[in-house]
Amino acid sequence: MNVLGAKIPLLAKEGLEAAGTHHPLSPPPSSGGTEDQQIVFEDVSKFYGEVLGVNRVNLSIPSGITSLVGPNGSGKTTLMNLMTGLVQPTRGRITVLGISPHEPERLFRKLGYCTQFDSFPKGLTGYQFVYSYLLLFGHPHPVAEALAARAIERVNLVEAAHRQIAGYSKGMRQRIKLAQALAHQPCVLVLDEPLNGLDPLIRAETIALFRSLAREGLHVIISSHVLHEVDAISDQVVLLSNGYVVAEGQIHGVREEIREHPMQILIRCNKPGDLASRVFQQDYMVEARILPDGQGVLVKTRDADSFYLLLNRIAQSGIEIESVAPADDDVLSVYEYLVGAEESTK
Amino acid sequence: MSLGRLPWALWRAQIMAILRLEVRKSFFTRRGFWIYFLAFAPVLLYAAHSFIELKNGGRGDIGDDTHIFAAIFQFFFLRLAIFFGCVGIFVNLFRGEVLDKSLHYYFLAPVKREVLVVGKFLSGLLAAAVIFGSSTLLQFAAMYCYFSSNTLQEYLFHGHGLEHLAAYLGVTLLACLGYGSVFLAAGLLFPNPLIPAVVVLVWEAVNGYLPGLLQKMSVIFYLKSLCPVAIPEGIAERNNLLALIAVNPTPASPAVAILGLLVLCVAVVALSSLQVRRMQIDYGAE
Repeated sequence: MNVLGAKIPLLAKEGLEAAGTHHPLSPPPSSGGTEDQQIVFEDVSKFYGEVLGVNRVNLSIPSGITSLVGPNGSGKTTLMNLMTGLVQPTRGRITVLGISPHEPERLFRKLGYCTQFDSFPKGLTGYQFVYSYLLLFGHPHPVAEALAARAIERVNLVEAAHRQIAGYSKGMRQRIKLAQALAHQPCVLVLDEPLNGLDPLIRAETIALFRSLAREGLHVIISSHVLHEVDAISDQVVLLSNGYVVAEGQIHGVREEIREHPMQILIRCNKPGDLASRVFQQDYMVEARILPDGQGVLVKTRDADSFYLLLNRIAQSGIEIESVAPADDDVLSVYEYLVGAEESTK
Repeated sequence: MSLGRLPWALWRAQIMAILRLEVRKSFFTRRGFWIYFLAFAPVLLYAAHSFIELKNGGRGDIGDDTHIFAAIFQFFFLRLAIFFGCVGIFVNLFRGEVLDKSLHYYFLAPVKREVLVVGKFLSGLLAAAVIFGSSTLLQFAAMYCYFSSNTLQEYLFHGHGLEHLAAYLGVTLLACLGYGSVFLAAGLLFPNPLIPAVVVLVWEAVNGYLPGLLQKMSVIFYLKSLCPVAIPEGIAERNNLLALIAVNPTPASPAVAILGLLVLCVAVVALSSLQVRRMQIDYGAE
């Protein structure tokens, strides 16, 4: 563990050339490492004719919230469609908690998928949409009714439940799809851009719901191209670019492995000039810049662990340190370092 | 796994759930309005015929009407109305959902793809059977309603009236079954269902002139064998096209005809299931 308490990453791959090699994501303490408890991709490729969907993907995804991150067209939805059997791999093998996506009758008892498709069977109300889906499980009427009501309540759509979906707003359609995915109480929840179209209040509620589901031990797989959003949610991330997995793991760990970009650390203190002069004497320091407001220093270092040890010593020598925070170990920075600024803002 | 240990109760419940969703779509779509027109056009024709006969004193001949009914049933109702009605209903069971981008709703449920195919096929069959079966019943009523009650009673209960009605209803159901299965598969196998529809239409039309074995690989061969009244030679001889359609040199026995259609239906639905198992959700490709 480093000074901040972040786990050392199990993986970081630098650039596309490293894609395709197998590095399991770091399993959280509650999850086991066997195939029956993980979502496993083994050398999976998917081509749509001559167009690449994803190539040579190897992943083992444990429980918790895992975000698939990348710009449009990077392969996020393809990965989700592959793990749910909506599309079949050109090559490779996939299992979800030990079940092949070729067995929908088993898979979807454990998995719920909120797709990006914004179309619904015609003429249904929100309630009928969820209720009819539950009937497809073979549930008797009272069970389907109770589960549907519970799921709709969970996504906060009770008042609109008996209105036609055709009259729903984008956010309501998003939530009713989420209710459908949740309704049968799955162990794996796959959510393709689930926060699209939600207003800030509902967005916060939905993120809280994901966190609560992850705490219950679910695998929650979320795709997003909004990087700052992912930072707030994820236990681990899979960074994708042009169909390749470019990095995976806990975001702080991935950041530490990108050695050609020095770590940026922001220190708020009462004597930024003194601090800057003391830290800059170390050979692992690259830069120490006093902030424009004069209340702190932004440092760049090649050895974060040594820097934090130094900082402890400095703190004992009379400089009051208010806060220390990494300035670039968020998903956006990591994605920019690995793929390039242009891709990350697409 | 033995048949007894298969989850029949679950499959039955899932098929009922599919029927619940599908029946509404099959019966009440604006896109399907023309199917009702095709199905009930003969009813209007017979109603007009009866009205005219009534105005003329109701002196029609029940034998003539029986032959006219048989001819229209075979030339129009079976070959065009039910045929194209089944194109409209069954091709859209999967293809319509792909175009509407809603097929994933089923693919995300824990339903075996084979069960989904059977459920959807049964929903199409239910819709087709109700629409065309009720049309057959109404056609029969409209055709003979102008006769006196004595004549009707004599025809229905002492002649072959009820027997013919039952046979026509049976043929209607079997036609829905046969054409339904063919167009279910066509909707899965071909991006443009018009092409297989035309090919099957021509195949069915020239069926009488094909070698014996090929004749048996069609729906109309069995249906014609089951029709209770043969087309009068006079009608066929006056028109070369009708003669081509009407010919049925070696009809199958009723048992063989029914069995043949059932085998065809099961085989084609099984083929469709294989196709649906391989199916992927790729709406962008449509």
